[in-house]
Amino acid sequence: MTAPTTTAHDSWSELQTAALLGTDRRPLPGVGGSPAFTGAADAVDRTDPATALLDLAALTVVARRAGSCALPPSAVPAPADGDPRPELPEPAARRLGFLLGGRGPDTSLANLTELLPQWLAAARAHGYRLPPAHVPALLDTARARSELRPDVVALAGPLGRWLAERNTDWRFVTRTTGAGPSGETGATDDGGPAAGEQIWQEGLFAERVTHLTRLRRSDPAAGLALLRSTWATERAEDRLLFLDALQEGLSTADEEFLEAALGDRSKNVRSTAAELLSTLPGSALAARMAERAQACVRPLDGRLAVHPPAECDTAMQRDGVPLKSPTGRGQRSWWLGEIVAAAPLALWTESTGLAPEQLLRLPAREGGEADGTDWSADLREAWARAAVRQQDEAWARALLGPAPRSAGAGRAAGAPAKLLAVLPPAERAAWTAAFIRTNGLGDAFQLLGACATPWTPPLSTAVVAALERAAGSGAYPWSHSGVLGMTERALAPEAAPAVEALVADAAPDTAWADTFTRLAETLRLRAVMLAELAP
Amino acid sequence: MTGRQFLRARLSVARPSVVGMEERWSNEHVLSLAPDQASLKAAGKLSAPAPWTGAGWGGGALWGACKGSGKTPHFPCVDLSGPAYRCTCPSRKFPCKHVLGLLLLWSAGSPAVAEGAEQPEWVAEWLAKRRDAAEQKAVRQQERRESAKDDAAAARRAGQRAARVAAGAQELRLRLADGVRHGLADHASGGWEEVAARMVDAQAPGLAARARELAHTPQDGLLEEYALLHLLAGAYGRVGELPAPLAATVRTRVGFSTGAEEVLAGPTVRDRWHVLGSRDTADDRLTTRRIWLRGAKTGRPALLLSFGSPGKAPEVALPTGRVLEADMAYHPGARPLRAVLGTRYGEPEAAPPGPPAGVSPAEAVAGYGEAVADDPWLDAWPAVLGAVVPVLGPEGWQLTDGRSAVPVRRGSTPEQALWRLAAVSAGHPVTLFGEYGHAGFAPVTAWSADGRAIGLGQ
Repeated sequence: MTAPTTTAHDSWSELQTAALLGTDRRPLPGVGGSPAFTGAADAVDRTDPATALLDLAALTVVARRAGSCALPPSAVPAPADGDPRPELPEPAARRLGFLLGGRGPDTSLANLTELLPQWLAAARAHGYRLPPAHVPALLDTARARSELRPDVVALAGPLGRWLAERNTDWRFVTRTTGAGPSGETGATDDGGPAAGEQIWQEGLFAERVTHLTRLRRSDPAAGLALLRSTWATERAEDRLLFLDALQEGLSTADEEFLEAALGDRSKNVRSTAAELLSTLPGSALAARMAERAQACVRPLDGRLAVHPPAECDTAMQRDGVPLKSPTGRGQRSWWLGEIVAAAPLALWTESTGLAPEQLLRLPAREGGEADGTDWSADLREAWARAAVRQQDEAWARALLGPAPRSAGAGRAAGAPAKLLAVLPPAERAAWTAAFIRTNGLGDAFQLLGACATPWTPPLSTAVVAALERAAGSGAYPWSHSGVLGMTERALAPEAAPAVEALVADAAPDTAWADTFTRLAETLRLRAVMLAELAP
Repeated sequence: MTGRQFLRARLSVARPSVVGMEERWSNEHVLSLAPDQASLKAAGKLSAPAPWTGAGWGGGALWGACKGSGKTPHFPCVDLSGPAYRCTCPSRKFPCKHVLGLLLLWSAGSPAVAEGAEQPEWVAEWLAKRRDAAEQKAVRQQERRESAKDDAAAARRAGQRAARVAAGAQELRLRLADGVRHGLADHASGGWEEVAARMVDAQAPGLAARARELAHTPQDGLLEEYALLHLLAGAYGRVGELPAPLAATVRTRVGFSTGAEEVLAGPTVRDRWHVLGSRDTADDRLTTRRIWLRGAKTGRPALLLSFGSPGKAPEVALPTGRVLEADMAYHPGARPLRAVLGTRYGEPEAAPPGPPAGVSPAEAVAGYGEAVADDPWLDAWPAVLGAVVPVLGPEGWQLTDGRSAVPVRRGSTPEQALWRLAAVSAGHPVTLFGEYGHAGFAPVTAWSADGRAIGLGQ
């Protein structure tokens, strides 16, 4: 790496050639340089050419090393943008070091893998700037664990993006939406509209989706305009995902574009456009669906007269009703479900004057005859889908009903976890707690996943009590590993003493004792680490 | 007063009084004490107040009781002036996780560690025992040193070894010349292992190591290595005619070692030594720790080496960014660098805020040039680069101040650490300590904009 200097360089290559071939075959080359150097070289005894060559080479090496110069300056890149966020408190910075150092065999009791995501989410919520020295290790971790990326990218902020431009391992940074209100400072600006236009025209697919999603969040109309500008030339699979990105900031301003997309060449694009339109209650598609739904289901003397469609005409197909059920359900039942799920829910309450729970109690028979085919289950299922799509609290509450009091009784329609997600957080937690008190943890995984973290104290108490029952019943801890992992993440700090009590009561040296110890240790560390993040 | 009593009295005067001068160690410093990553991780868990009772800090010691999974707690204890550690746990790691956890808790300023506390009996006893043992050892060493002076047998042994090394060096010169005579293109790498073994027999481990290296040197680098080894072997042949400092350099490079006691018996330099960085390297048998310092008054660089067996951290640990008033004794040589720490005057203190003063890349290159003129076998010389930006180019990393640049020595620093450096810089100039040599700059410590030192070793 020594910079080539003066004439010693030429002498050196001649010396090297002579040495490679051997002084038996090659004459001793002359060396030149400064007067002092030449003087020293002349003083070398040349009786034995090999020894003389080594002497000259030694002289040259030392002269080169002693006389070498620095390289010309390299071009310095533009520095990273400043980051105005407050610095992470010192203890929290140390904790991050430990959490990141947790590679290799896991010897600690606490579950660091579960704690890191919580640390990141909390640090991000506080709006801190990370110590720069930790950012590369964090980006490496997020490269391997994609679920951490939104938080890591938001926390890493301008420095993360600057680093990602220089290290292809971290390309995901430019493709990750640092979503969420608290991460805005870190991840929204993309260096102006020109840079955005460049990403849209030249970027990788994922970068483009990210860019579109971000733009929709800040300026939905501009996002739509951007998508329109290249829509005709995009590939079908790409169109599908770009369309999906319109969910962000969806409004009636998008309706015209989506209506046009109903005529798209690709079936998947058509049905996605239809689904988006059906979530816009005032849209023309919603109105068409309402009309169809009313033709299918009519209130009649305290019951619902159901007339499922006899065919799926081209207009229905254009509005996103597929001709055939992908799961092979009967055609009429399938079409009925698709129509009711896409129709505005307000339709039913307004046309009947009944509340959702009253509507759900009405018998639904073919043609309104007492002995007609029973369509209640189909209707319930379709309404559940509509409630999730339209985020309708009243309907979701009615469909879920009170939490089942005994196992297996009155299963809620559709996917209860999805309906639950429509409700406000406190109600979600209360419903799930009631469910767990009755049914235990067996079917609770998805429900718990729909609850906001940290869990409310009553929900936490219900989970701890259920774990205690599970331990007492002789079940294996690993059959609850999903719930246990979630507990480490989400249990309320107030419930920590209850877990400590479980540790004390568990039979020593059993799998449950280990499980509870680990849980308690993780909770203890979590409490410390969250306290350290407090400003 | 007997001779022994007299010595003890003299030595105990040199012992610095530490009460009242102690300061909390930095978190980085505590981390550097860990024998391995697993210990660190385990200790991280114990760095919360929860498992601790009766923890205290006073009189140069730190102690506490740590509740574990067993019935009885463990009792770790640290002599901060050593530092030395003790714990009642059976772990073979040294220091163990309890000691590290306690140090972490303390370095974070946790109120769970009572400041200025009265030492419990078990702590005071252990400290007293350590102090006695240290004094006895010093007395024994001094006695041995004095009795060794007029040992005729030792002189005879030294003469025999010198002759054997001279014969080995002569043989090496012939082998090297033969290689050049027949051409390095025919360089058979196998032969050098055997030559290395003969140099070990000749009691010249330095020559042996260099000969062994030749077996792994790529062809375009061979002539340089041949030439420098030829120069060294030749220099030993007339070591008696060389000026004393250069002769010492030649002897050291050939493989004569100088014991720490002997070095300490020579002249010492008292200064306020700024700790610029440290780096551990480990192979199967040994962990080597290098600690670089620079005198505030003299501006002289110094390098301390200490060693530890696997699972045991090297004994000497000086926190980067601290200043230590102490006597430094240099190993003799034309370019003294390696040194032994003598009497310390107080505990390490925080360095003045901000990064240490540095030079430009061009000046660092010139500095190495001067050093290599004194010691032709010198591979690198310590340097603090003042305001440089790390830049990743097609040829690898470079450090530039806008007027000139030096390359980062390939393989000197893990890729991850270089990215850490890039993150600390973020395109802005940073102060960087490391070693510059003919193969480039090997970074050791970076100072961020807020003056914080960041180790780039691991």
